[in-house]
Amino acid sequence: MNNRIINWFKFASPQTFYPLAGKMIPWFWALTALFGIAGLYIGFFVAPTDAQQGEGYRIIFIHVPASWMSMFIYLVMAFWAALGLGFNTRLSGMMASALAPTGALMAFLSLWTGALWGKPMWGTWWVWDARLTSELILFFLYIGFIALQSAIDDPRRADKAGAVLALVGVVNIPIIYFSVKWWNTLHQGASVSLTRSPSMAQTMLWGMLLMALAFWMYSIAVSLARVRAIILERERHAGWVADLEEVRS
Amino acid sequence: MDGPSLPAALGAVIRRDLLLAMRRKSDVLTTLFFFIIVVSLFPLGVGPEMAMLRQIAPGVLWVAALLATMLSLNRLFAADHADGTLEQMALSAVPLGVLVTGKVIAHWLLSGLPLALLAPVLGLQFDLAAGSLAVLVVSLLIGTPVLSLIGAVGAALTLGVRGGGVLVSLLVLPLYVPVLIFGAGAVEADLTGLGATAHLSLLAAFLALAAFFGPWATTVALRIALE
Repeated sequence: MNNRIINWFKFASPQTFYPLAGKMIPWFWALTALFGIAGLYIGFFVAPTDAQQGEGYRIIFIHVPASWMSMFIYLVMAFWAALGLGFNTRLSGMMASALAPTGALMAFLSLWTGALWGKPMWGTWWVWDARLTSELILFFLYIGFIALQSAIDDPRRADKAGAVLALVGVVNIPIIYFSVKWWNTLHQGASVSLTRSPSMAQTMLWGMLLMALAFWMYSIAVSLARVRAIILERERHAGWVADLEEVRS
Repeated sequence: MDGPSLPAALGAVIRRDLLLAMRRKSDVLTTLFFFIIVVSLFPLGVGPEMAMLRQIAPGVLWVAALLATMLSLNRLFAADHADGTLEQMALSAVPLGVLVTGKVIAHWLLSGLPLALLAPVLGLQFDLAAGSLAVLVVSLLIGTPVLSLIGAVGAALTLGVRGGGVLVSLLVLPLYVPVLIFGAGAVEADLTGLGATAHLSLLAAFLALAAFFGPWATTVALRIALE
């Protein structure tokens, strides 16, 4: 029992995590490719054409997973941030800052594909719908996090300041979501109801789930690669970094 | 080792910050005039139709209040950080959270309160009725302390950071969204005859939440900045 705990904490050190992450990355890339190919195949060739929305609906195979990941990554980021503040572990802060760009990318993708989907379906690029608006604000929160971290030169302070911001953000996200939702229902005129979800064909659901898994694995792979770069940058004065094969060559 | 009692310390910080502001009135007045100018620009940009102005008035006044509060956040900690007062506060026997609360209260007395008192005059330019003006003042009185409390977290996080002034807007404005929605919503609900009680109650709920978590998060952020 005791051994297991020690083993977990062993990987909290950048020195031991760096090679572990290096070993894990190819596996996550392989899973990304696997789920991605399967999901795209189902999405484009197996899933039937939607009766109301035609072929255009297929954009949800990108849009929905991207939105899910954008929210999920913020939670994971806040989790690492809390861990970093609580235990004062260096790796947690690095994980949080490695996750932020991917989260921002997902939020942006979700907004972008949402606009592309909205044009043929609703006849407009953008509506001030509750989900769109809160996704936009989530994107702003990511940008704020990244901007704050990049403005602070001392990496330890950047980690901690970012952690406080991420935690304040995570407390605020439900409040923001419900405020925006209420605001939206009060302004009935401009809104388009997204809530009556049409019953989805089984194959569509499978395609979406597979794509969500692909996005998930992609996020892990990219974040691990980014955290390795951050480790190298921050630990460049450490002896073990100088001994690495890729650094010596 | 007996420090001063907590209410005494709180009062002392508030008094000190108010006194400092009175000696340098231009800081406070600049924010107020910024508020007035921004609000007065909207009719020039949108056009002088009273019906439309009445419709956009709550949003315009609230967004201007948001921006004015945000501009004044810099002076919350920056001067004390520069001359080392903040470090002395962190070292004092009184919990830093209490002192931070005092500073936030002083900040609200110097930014939020004048804005709320000034708003009805500007509301008249937008042809708001007396009842709506009263709701506007009440919503600002409840809402602007939340802005000061959340803003203090942002100000503490960006203390001594490159480009802190612009950065703080990026951090804080997304977090102001719920206050904006319900603050402007209260006035709008009154205009449409729905009654503003629900909005004002929710604003008060935000105030309770922010009053509890805000100083605490600000303290953590200050300690990080002072490390």
